[in-house]
Amino acid sequence: MKKLESTFLNMVLSLVIISVVAAGALAGVYLLTKANIEAQKKAKQEAAKMAVIAGHEDGTAVEAVVDGFGGQFRIMVGFDAEGNILGYEVLEHQETPGLGSHMTHWFKNADKPNQNIIGRKAGSLTVSKDGGDVDAITAATISSRAFLKAINQAYADFHGVEAHTGASQLNKEEAEEDVIIIEAYGEADRTNAMSKETEVNHE
Amino acid sequence: MSNGLKTLMNGILKENPTFVLVLGMCPTLATTTSAINGMSMGLATMFVLICSNVVISLLKNLIPDKVRIPAFIVVIATFVTLVQLLMQAYLPAIYDVLGLFIPLIVVNCIVLGRAEAFAAKNSVGLSALDGIGMGLGFTLALTLLGAVRELLGTGSCFGLPVFPENYGALVFVLAPGAFIALAYLMVIINKLQKK
Repeated sequence: MKKLESTFLNMVLSLVIISVVAAGALAGVYLLTKANIEAQKKAKQEAAKMAVIAGHEDGTAVEAVVDGFGGQFRIMVGFDAEGNILGYEVLEHQETPGLGSHMTHWFKNADKPNQNIIGRKAGSLTVSKDGGDVDAITAATISSRAFLKAINQAYADFHGVEAHTGASQLNKEEAEEDVIIIEAYGEADRTNAMSKETEVNHE
Repeated sequence: MSNGLKTLMNGILKENPTFVLVLGMCPTLATTTSAINGMSMGLATMFVLICSNVVISLLKNLIPDKVRIPAFIVVIATFVTLVQLLMQAYLPAIYDVLGLFIPLIVVNCIVLGRAEAFAAKNSVGLSALDGIGMGLGFTLALTLLGAVRELLGTGSCFGLPVFPENYGALVFVLAPGAFIALAYLMVIINKLQKK
């Protein structure tokens, strides 16, 4: 078959057809995969819920969402009855690979007490650059700040629930299901992160 | 078939996308902080490169010359998004590793470059081989660069410690180290190829 000439009609037709086919393929695959993707997310959330409070009967898993460096990210944090951090899992994030993405393991490295937050009391954790005592991820200060913000936010929600209902009482009543999930959607704090950019070497 | 083999090897050595053509520097510099990251990016790109080369080669006579660039971009962007959705739904374990890199493939000009320079002029079979060759060349280059940066920066290679981390020069993991390591690798490889 001969190559189509670059006449106006040919150009319009070819682009329209390609775009329509592409849009159709995207829409089709989106619908096809939607249920599966949702199921994967759900499974991951359930697994994280169990993982962050593993081995602790009185643990509570709390989910938090904040704006990071590359977009929103969601984490699951486990607290014991006193509000100490039992563990965390990053559910979803778009931080820079190799820099901000280290948050999935950076803050639970038992060999590095300055960056490990497991076992610490949450609520006012800040990176050392801001006067706190948690070492930020190398070259990813904004991601680290956002991460600790998420932890503190999760703690605030955990604390709020405890004050309202009395977590210990709740745990006794629902001994089989001792996990409370609170969706804690934080307000966008990008402006805050950006205004500090001048003083830090961000990603 | 010697023609096919030549096309395949072309991308790996003679026209290596990273060290010889110097295309796709954005993902190359950004993702090679470790050997595994570099390899992951390379493999994800290879997949899209093969798919887009095949489709564009099939469509080459239906796309008028003057609108070929927008047409190619639509095809490539569609493939990247499809790959992302399918991987997320059916290969979640791989998606966890590669997911972050996939949107970066769209900005990789190797994909468009090969569509324009090769797939638009050659048969489907040769275009697929070109995609495989270029993809392998890109993957090897990124893995090598990632391994060098990881070794010099953190003292490990593919996550396995080689020497204590304290002796590593962190600059190699950061952005300036990417440029330095890439430049020296390019010199060495081009020197060796000339002989």
